Amino acid sequence: MKRLRPRIPGRSLVVALPYLWLLVFFVAPFVIVLKISFSDVDMAIPPYRPLFDWYAQHALAIRLNFNNYAFLFTDRLYIDAFLNSVKVAFVSTIFCLLLGYPMAYGMARAAPRTRNILLLLVVLPFWTSQLLRVYAWIGLLKANGVINNVLMGLGVIHSPLTMLYTPFAMYVGIVYSYLPFVILPLYANIEKMDWQLLEAALDLGCRPWQAFYKITLPLSRNGILAGSMLVFIPAVGEFVIPTLLGGPNSLMIGRILWDEFFSNRDWPVASAVAILMLLLLVPFMMWYQSIQARETAGP
Amino acid sequence: MTSDAGQAAKAAPWNDPHAKPYVELVRVSKSFGDFKAVDDVSLKIYRGEIFCLLGASGCGKTTLLRMLGGFETPSSGRIFIDGEDMTGVPPYERPVNMMFQSYALFPHMTVAQNVAFGLKQDRVPKAEIRERVAAMLDLVKLGEYAKRKPGQLSGGQRQRVALARSLVKRPKLLLLDEPLGALDKKLREHTQFELIGLQHQLGVTFLVVTHDQEEAMTLASRIAVMDHGIIVQAGTPSEIYEFPNSKFVADFIGSVNIFEGKLIEDEPEYVRIGSEELGGTIYVSHGISAAPEATVWAAVRPEKILMSTSPPQGPDNVVRGTVQDIAYLGDLSIYLVKLPTGKVVRVTQPNTTRHADAIGWDQEVYLSWDPSSPVIVTR
Repeated sequence: MKRLRPRIPGRSLVVALPYLWLLVFFVAPFVIVLKISFSDVDMAIPPYRPLFDWYAQHALAIRLNFNNYAFLFTDRLYIDAFLNSVKVAFVSTIFCLLLGYPMAYGMARAAPRTRNILLLLVVLPFWTSQLLRVYAWIGLLKANGVINNVLMGLGVIHSPLTMLYTPFAMYVGIVYSYLPFVILPLYANIEKMDWQLLEAALDLGCRPWQAFYKITLPLSRNGILAGSMLVFIPAVGEFVIPTLLGGPNSLMIGRILWDEFFSNRDWPVASAVAILMLLLLVPFMMWYQSIQARETAGP
Repeated sequence: MTSDAGQAAKAAPWNDPHAKPYVELVRVSKSFGDFKAVDDVSLKIYRGEIFCLLGASGCGKTTLLRMLGGFETPSSGRIFIDGEDMTGVPPYERPVNMMFQSYALFPHMTVAQNVAFGLKQDRVPKAEIRERVAAMLDLVKLGEYAKRKPGQLSGGQRQRVALARSLVKRPKLLLLDEPLGALDKKLREHTQFELIGLQHQLGVTFLVVTHDQEEAMTLASRIAVMDHGIIVQAGTPSEIYEFPNSKFVADFIGSVNIFEGKLIEDEPEYVRIGSEELGGTIYVSHGISAAPEATVWAAVRPEKILMSTSPPQGPDNVVRGTVQDIAYLGDLSIYLVKLPTGKVVRVTQPNTTRHADAIGWDQEVYLSWDPSSPVIVTR
């Protein structure tokens, strides 16, 4: 069936603007990065050789250097960093879900007025910069930081715990930073649920936890998946938190990228790392998109 | 309009003082803060009945139903089902199932899975589940829809899935919350009779909550009319219709003309009431119990009023008026007749001949009724 739409002047302009934005600030830089990933490194400014060469005025020579990619698979460092990033992102996602689900559920079941306050509280941290919040965690976790001082003051411990610059601190930082991204889609999903379904389940013989497991959980599946993707995808490439809170052993792909780019000045290899990371994440992003499409289309 | 609801109705156990009630509510109250949703309700329902709780929204009927289902705990009082005290028993341990107004079908399960849900929960053997689900779906004529999801069904089909799901566990008592509320008129009438048929077949006791008096009259063996948390009157549909105990009940069930008046003669065999509203006297062929000179109300149903162009025998139960409005409904016509006192009386007459004739707009008519027709209520 053909849907009749009123003709609104300037409609195409409104649609075109975000696309234009993406073209200039995403597609174009991406193409540049892709191009650099196939070029040779050089001691020059910029530190790589051009991909295209004009020979004798009329011949175009293209040199594609696949060595940058091949190199990533020969050195264990890169594969380990990739695997470690995926592991860190996965574990963080699980913890975000374990913490976020009860919070989202509680918010969805709260009285409408309390609900708005709770929602505000979840969003409130966004009012300050993420960097600032991560630095605040340093103050909390360091050897003579707030947590250690309180615990020692109470006599629970006698010498400060080493928390900062450990994987623990990194996970705390990531879970803390990404928790709202799990709570919000889950809340939106659970809030739509018909609570009478739970009464129906009880009526048919379910104990409350069985009703949760058989009704609430399957019905919030899309919210769980959407929230997971919103944590997992950015967490794989996370750079700031592992650098500031994690120890020197927290090898993550974002950190490798930074090092290749700024310390080694090997732009082609850095670009290859970036492209591979993107390829790794594309299936997850596509999955997320399809969940979103399903969610808006309804059950 | 009344149908007999199974053996229970014919046997009329509620008239037998020795009959054992199947469901019994003893002085049940429920308050939400300062609001008394259900106020000291006692009720006996017998095995095999279709019992209707009828009332406007907010009268407490749904709260009462939810207390039977175990979703609300009574503030005081006790609930017995088949002799067992149900007061503190959670919903999942009650021999009761509920059909929700919104149907509350599980959207992520197929029709068959929805119906099987309760049986699976009870760990009924798989083969038996399959058998019982198939039989139940055949009973509600949904056999070929077993693999569909609720989202792919029409309103009427969803209603039948909900019914099948609540019946498949063979509950002792089935609670139905506005079971036909979401259906359109034609389908509703059809489904009413299907519901009665199913109840006969399965012998399950039904408790129906509805605000639709027509639905209550069609389905019920007995009706309890509720208002402000109390049961105003309980009885068979014809008792409620023909012998309402108050203005509220008379007015709530069907339409009625109510004339306020004073007792002028009070004898054991008859009473005579003078009504200024009517501009005449009402003679009733039975005695009533009321204080002399007390204000009473005479309720006369529109179909029990005769309309004629020539004066009938008077002087009691006769009044003259002018036809103000006529509504032709096909099977019958409604006349609104204005009396000299200003009161408008509603009269219905069946259209027994094809050429509706005689009485037209602005015509002078005489209204009269049999001395047995008025119901006298004192509140």
